[in-house]
Amino acid sequence: MWIIYTLNGLYFAALLFLISLGLNIILGVMGILNLAHGSLYAIGAFIAAWIIITLGTHVPPFFLYVSLLSGLAGVGIVGFLMEKSLIRFMYKRTLEYQLLLTFGALMLLEDVIKMIWGGQAYYASAPFELLGKVDIFGNVYPAYFLFVMFIALIAGLLIWLFMSKTKLGIMLRAISLDREMATGLGLDITGLSTFAFVLGAGLAGLAGALVVPTTPALLGFGHEPLIFGFIVVVVGGLGSLKGALVGSLLVGFTRSFGIAVFPEIELPLLFLIAGIILVVKPEGLFGR
Amino acid sequence: MLTIDNLKKHFGSVKAVDHVNLEIKEGEIVSIIGTNGAGKTTLVNLISGYIKPDSGRIQFLDKDITYAPPYVRIKLGVGRSFQLIQLFSNSTVLDNVRIALFSKYGMIRRGLLPADRYSSVTDEAIKILDSFSMSDKKNLTPKGLSEGDLKILDIAIAFALKSKLLLLDEPTSGVATNDKFKVMDSIVKAIKKEGISTLIIEHDMDIVSGYSDRVIVMHEGKVIAEGKPNEVMENKEVKATVFGIVS
Amino acid sequence: MVKNPRWIVYSLIFIALLFIPRILSIHDLMLFEYGITFAIVGLGFNLLLGYTGLLSFGHGAYFATGAYTVAMIAKYLPQAYSLEILIPAALFFSMVLSIIFGFVCVRHTKIFFSILALSLSMLLFALLFKLYHITGGSDGLRVPLPTLFGMSFKGIRRPEFLSGTYYYFLLGMFSVSFLVMKGIVNSPFGKALQAIRDNEVRAELIGIRVRRYRLYSFIISGMFVGLGGALWTFVNGHVTADLSHWVFSGEIVYMTLLGGFGIFEGPIVGAIIFTYLKLYAMGNTQYWMFVIGGTLIVLVLLLPNGIAGAFAGLWTKIKKGVEET
Repeated sequence: MWIIYTLNGLYFAALLFLISLGLNIILGVMGILNLAHGSLYAIGAFIAAWIIITLGTHVPPFFLYVSLLSGLAGVGIVGFLMEKSLIRFMYKRTLEYQLLLTFGALMLLEDVIKMIWGGQAYYASAPFELLGKVDIFGNVYPAYFLFVMFIALIAGLLIWLFMSKTKLGIMLRAISLDREMATGLGLDITGLSTFAFVLGAGLAGLAGALVVPTTPALLGFGHEPLIFGFIVVVVGGLGSLKGALVGSLLVGFTRSFGIAVFPEIELPLLFLIAGIILVVKPEGLFGR
Repeated sequence: MLTIDNLKKHFGSVKAVDHVNLEIKEGEIVSIIGTNGAGKTTLVNLISGYIKPDSGRIQFLDKDITYAPPYVRIKLGVGRSFQLIQLFSNSTVLDNVRIALFSKYGMIRRGLLPADRYSSVTDEAIKILDSFSMSDKKNLTPKGLSEGDLKILDIAIAFALKSKLLLLDEPTSGVATNDKFKVMDSIVKAIKKEGISTLIIEHDMDIVSGYSDRVIVMHEGKVIAEGKPNEVMENKEVKATVFGIVS
Repeated sequence: MVKNPRWIVYSLIFIALLFIPRILSIHDLMLFEYGITFAIVGLGFNLLLGYTGLLSFGHGAYFATGAYTVAMIAKYLPQAYSLEILIPAALFFSMVLSIIFGFVCVRHTKIFFSILALSLSMLLFALLFKLYHITGGSDGLRVPLPTLFGMSFKGIRRPEFLSGTYYYFLLGMFSVSFLVMKGIVNSPFGKALQAIRDNEVRAELIGIRVRRYRLYSFIISGMFVGLGGALWTFVNGHVTADLSHWVFSGEIVYMTLLGGFGIFEGPIVGAIIFTYLKLYAMGNTQYWMFVIGGTLIVLVLLLPNGIAGAFAGLWTKIKKGVEET
């Protein structure tokens, strides 16, 4: 059984990693706490679900998996529109206004989802069923969860390489470390910020898309992941990739084992652990 | 009054304050000069409690305040002003000073009446503003003041804390040259009246020689000279490092 | 105090409010009462936001605490179910929770503070939601009519209760809250909070115990919000776990901003307008969240000082214009 719990923990961690990575990139580069992140996740789920259902059995299974990337792309576009219309006005404002604007965006997006997809649940379980189950140390486990972990790993690696090796990534890091200095260095803050937001949004959308084969897409889908995302950011530290990874693992395992042992205790236990970490290290494990 | 023993503060490889010893007596006005990065502001930050040292000792009125939190030092009588003015931007000039008084008298927790009812505190605040010739501006907010006035207000707030030791960080920086002496005059007049010991960080040598009893020179974290203004200005090493004059 | 023209206006408004039950229909009166309970919430919340500079998206937790205190006493201690016990109990439990949560939150800087406040309220939400045998979970609990100083309202239906005794009780609570908050805000403590808001570093270096006073501000705001929550239950008749959800907390923030958090009366104006706005939106479209969200965005971009703030700004301009001519 413990192997199953561990694997589940890794699965949750994988999803949380994508979500918190996105949050962190937006927070780090733009200094904005995106309350609408959960909505972006939900939109990714709906887009992917809709595409998978529409494609149905008309295409080879491979394409169903590729369509999961639609979550990434679709939400990336949404993020782009959001940044251009809304977020750009927030840079000069204080935290209060940013939170309020993203809160307004959240409400807006919730209803946009309702307008486009209505209130029913979207089941798109084909990708999940097609991968079947594998045997791990005597335990039967759905292969799709492993697939998700794999994707999250790749995404993490790509982001890490991007941030440390490419010129674009280094520029983003420069902005997150010191925005004023970066302006002084002649970096195109506006363009880079848009890019960061699109990237962060895309990651949230990808996470939502990956989840959809296992859970139906519903209204209010993004609320819980948002809270967990925040906890990961708080525990792992603001703006830290390592923090997002460790935080996700911590929260993922706590959730998995917590649910298994005593369902009610899951959230309080999480907070207890988070609380202890924060008392010892108020900036989070790897925070600045 | 203030004794500093072997104080050390390094930021990584930067030796901001490197084994500094100094003493300030009651009623003295002492200026610290030195090149940028010599450690002057760090020293003031250490004395006021904004940061803590790596090692060494700071004693104020025979009490060890080396690691004491800011509010303890303020209670004992250490006050400071800021190089980049730090004011309460949304409060009136009067309130800026009053809040310092309320804090000093421990009234924040005990005061139940509207602030305006505490006439003694209000009067005292006005008196302080008077000694800096600012009382006519008491209902303005910082947005409506000139640079020199902002500087004076910053110092007035520190002054209101009834400090026995005032730390002034470049009190005339940002002030128009014509106004510098006016600003210093009102500051020093108020200081001398109460007999407050003062430590001033300054770059302007005219100000330094015009108002200080003693001058301390810092360079790369160390004290390299000390004495009366004219003595120090003749010191060869001082001339070389601070003024760049090599003979 | 008597010399200040503001108090004349306040007194006139108070007298006008006394006649409201005669003017409004029962339905509109209930709406107005919702508005008043949220006005109390807003006053308390703004102490933390407008005066201390801390933004919490988690104050629903204290609203829920006040509300559930009432509901739980109704369910488990019906013999104690009278207003003179319920109100102090609600205040007490809100205070306890805000001390615990506040202690955790104020140790952190602004962004972390906001995240923690939000997350902690969701913790309470999760507890209220999952412990359904105690709390009623997503169905919530019913809130019957209470007694007041021995006066029982058995046999009276809720609308009559609300348009009679309860309205005046509520008005009284609001007036007391208003006066208390006025006192707090004008006191040296209030000035210290504003100093902390404007310049934390300088405040610390003036000897103000920043963390401690932030905590006090947090606790007081939590208690006011809890009081609002408790008073709200009688109008609503029903409590659910959603009251602790962060989206509900967001509505509290919304109202405060709507009215303007730079003025004392702002949140009151905001609470009343929001109540009507939300109901109007809900009544006219199923996409009311879009409307509310969109309005919020427009508001933040165009009227950052809120409605009352915009009026105050306008008034100042007019005064200046008159002075100059």
